[in-house]
Amino acid sequence: MGISEANKTAVDQMMTARPLLKGVATARDVIPGMRDGLILHAGPPIEWERMSGPLRGAVIGALLFEGLAADEAEAVALVDRGDVEFAPCHHHQTVGPMAGVTSASMAVYVVENVTHGNMAFSNLNEGYGKVLRYGAYAPDVLQKLRWMNDVMGPVLAEAVATRDELDLRALLAEALHMGDEGHNRNKAGSLLFLKLLAPDVARVAGPEVASEVLKFLGDNALSVLNPVMAACKAMADAAHGVEGSTIVTAMARNGTDFGIRVSGLGDDWFTAPAQVPDGLYFSGFSAADANADIGDSTITETAGIGGFAMAAAPAIVTFVSGTPKDAVNTTMEMYEITQADHLQFTIPALDFRGTPTGIDIRKVVELGITPRINTGIAHKDAGVGQVGAGLVRPPMDVFEAALIAYAERYGV
Amino acid sequence: MSALKTQVRPGGYYDSIVLMQLQAALADLPGILDAGAVMASPENRALLAASDLLPEGALEAGPADLLVVVRAETDAAASDALSRVDAVLVRGGGETGDDYVPRSLESALKIIPAAQWALVSTPGRFAAGVARDALDRGLNVFLYSDNVTLEDEVALKDKGAAEGRLVMGPDCGTASINGIGFGFANRVRSGSIGLVGASGTGLQAITAHVHGLGGGVSHAIGTGGRDLDTEVGAMTCRQGLDLLARDPGTEVIVLVSKPPAPSVVRTILRAARGTGKPVVVHFVGFPAPARRLGRLYFAEGLSEAAWIAVELSKPTAADREDSGTGESEILPGYLRGLFAGGTLASESLLALANFLDPLHSNIMGAVGRPLETVARSEAHTILDLGADEYTVGRLHPMIDNDLRLRRLAQEAADPEVGMILLDVVLGDGAHPDPAGELAPAISEARRARDVEFVAVVIGTDEDPQNLESQLEALRGAGALVFEDLSSALGHVVDRLGGSEPAPLPPVDVDLLTAPVAAVNIGLESFSTSLEDQGAEVVHVDWQPPAGGDDRLLAILDKLRR
Repeated sequence: MGISEANKTAVDQMMTARPLLKGVATARDVIPGMRDGLILHAGPPIEWERMSGPLRGAVIGALLFEGLAADEAEAVALVDRGDVEFAPCHHHQTVGPMAGVTSASMAVYVVENVTHGNMAFSNLNEGYGKVLRYGAYAPDVLQKLRWMNDVMGPVLAEAVATRDELDLRALLAEALHMGDEGHNRNKAGSLLFLKLLAPDVARVAGPEVASEVLKFLGDNALSVLNPVMAACKAMADAAHGVEGSTIVTAMARNGTDFGIRVSGLGDDWFTAPAQVPDGLYFSGFSAADANADIGDSTITETAGIGGFAMAAAPAIVTFVSGTPKDAVNTTMEMYEITQADHLQFTIPALDFRGTPTGIDIRKVVELGITPRINTGIAHKDAGVGQVGAGLVRPPMDVFEAALIAYAERYGV
Repeated sequence: MSALKTQVRPGGYYDSIVLMQLQAALADLPGILDAGAVMASPENRALLAASDLLPEGALEAGPADLLVVVRAETDAAASDALSRVDAVLVRGGGETGDDYVPRSLESALKIIPAAQWALVSTPGRFAAGVARDALDRGLNVFLYSDNVTLEDEVALKDKGAAEGRLVMGPDCGTASINGIGFGFANRVRSGSIGLVGASGTGLQAITAHVHGLGGGVSHAIGTGGRDLDTEVGAMTCRQGLDLLARDPGTEVIVLVSKPPAPSVVRTILRAARGTGKPVVVHFVGFPAPARRLGRLYFAEGLSEAAWIAVELSKPTAADREDSGTGESEILPGYLRGLFAGGTLASESLLALANFLDPLHSNIMGAVGRPLETVARSEAHTILDLGADEYTVGRLHPMIDNDLRLRRLAQEAADPEVGMILLDVVLGDGAHPDPAGELAPAISEARRARDVEFVAVVIGTDEDPQNLESQLEALRGAGALVFEDLSSALGHVVDRLGGSEPAPLPPVDVDLLTAPVAAVNIGLESFSTSLEDQGAEVVHVDWQPPAGGDDRLLAILDKLRR
């Protein structure tokens, strides 16, 4: 099979994958290989010593949450003794925004690609402010997590279990027509999510709890981000492992390194130091506060949305320096490095052209154009939270390294 | 001492990104130390307080209200900043941004799917790759870049020719298609003169002269300077001639080049004859074999080429009736020219040397190969039967046909011979009835073998031999009869002028007649120029592939194959 055929196969599989939200469950019960003492994190593999502030904070928070440590010092000692195992979410069919830290007791969304049968998982979104995914682990952070796990999780689990299928691909396609791009902006998608779940939540929970859960989901314009990420992971995984393909099937950052995986290059990561996003900051913060790029949410761009669908989200054009035309141009540029126009995700402003889908490492290297990623910006200190949002591009090195590895593997 | 001022806007929806942008814009103003713009929720107030941006005392604002705070060096600066909030929050009427400039041919073609042309002017090292990509995508190529290897040029032109696409260049500076100049081109009147040129400034000079003389240009097809080298074999030149031959808007063709390789001359002139249109040929520095050969006109300079072309393009031009027979099927076999007139023989030799190979003769001079013996012809042969070696003890063939008749029979019996060319010179002092002796011999020879006889009769209607009856007798014997040498030689060239190289797959003539739509890769000025001329063009913001890294380039190149 030639490269173009392999790439076509890979991207066709990515686009025909149909991810449905199948349930909400406890990580250890559903995530393959999940066990106590294992902490999943965003991005490519990394050891404790090299972890950035927000990731370390989230790890400590997860150990506290799991009851494996009573305080920060105990948690660090536990890690130092080697009693904590770390693995990328991606190694367990999982993705998580920002630190992406997921531990055995946490509630996770269960997504199934019903076309190809593969599963993907993602934790629940905590909303804004001081949250675990930005490395916060104060008592109120853990308290909110427990509420999510013990109250909201079971309600969502029952609601999802008793309703008809919830098609995340269709939800995303609709949200793109409502001004979302699926990564930084998920306002419309989150409301659609709320709308779809509300009747079932109301049915399965008492009025007080239902009200709390619906308010929590409705107040958070990122509620749908995590199931969307799991959906993108399910789509990207469907494209992975096609012999000879040069299509990127994962882009992820752990706050220290940026890593990619390529369909035809097995499970190898190609990594380089992560960069600090170029963006806008909340009142009181500046670039000096920013951590290097972090999170698995780049799975959205990998699957053809996020920064790649910028033209669908003119309200956030300020990220790309100003005018709606710049938003269109951002998407236009991504067509240069992708294999196909998406069959499901279309952009009204581009005459309903499909979003640019399936990053081809050959095109990235040849044209010198790296993917455009819309991202939140984390504070470099654990627990402060999000300080801004903006744009980042992966380091070109990872694509060059992947291309060289491809040449070696396939004897080019 | 700094001043803290606030502004509250009750109600309204502001996206967080708009607020971030507002905060950044205010903080950038002169005299502003820090700024905040938030919905006044308790959480956000706490954030402002942490940055020392929350004024003391009560503040009438709730979560649905926008709270803008600035800390400034002076009161005035703070007030000024707050007066600008509206300008940031509500825009419109400004610029809407630039159109997308594609980075690759692939995406350019999505913007201009009807493009027929790629204009390539990248650095030479990358140009062949870009041109190959363009051909792969079904485009014709104007390749301005130089420093493209000869090997790449041949490969590109082979590929283009096989697929019926033009590759103008490399190192092609000038072309004009359907009134649109590519690269460097003069603005000239539209008209019926089409050009093919391996010389950019040559094309410019001729088109400018044509315009100055009141003529007009249909198209100018550039070939690049090496097209007429042996290795390239005039691939683009032949395609160009063939295109202009089929172009309904072209009536006269001009062919201009630096001196072509001798081996290529025959091919090109043959192709030029094959157009069926008058072709003005100017090979700079190449001795013209004749002023005119049938419908080929040889010019001595650029301005003369223009002048001849303009004259021929006038509706009154005499050339419009073809002086040839229209017969252009290739005749197998050799030519044997049996001349009584030495000058006619010499001129024929000179003219045909560019077409017939090998060409032998008993005439000593710059062209033609000698014969082993004057008694026997070899391959193509032109004989001056009035030369000394033939007239020893014998009358000159102007008055005695004996030698010519014997030689005629000898040549006609030679199975390698396809055509016999004769001159018949009338007038006082000449043989009283040359046709009376030659015609029966021709008839007899033609009865024995299918040999074509071409006779050029030099005479007037006042000559004693009676011109009409001489012509009639020769025609009656089955000879093709011409009354001027140039036309006769034109016919010879048509029939014998070298074997036609394998015909190239035709380039669709729509390429010339459809409105020009192009992708420009390289010099942006070429794109601007096309746009100014009203052509549809999309410019590619081209960058060296893989940043010019050799190792990565090698991999990408191999992956493409």
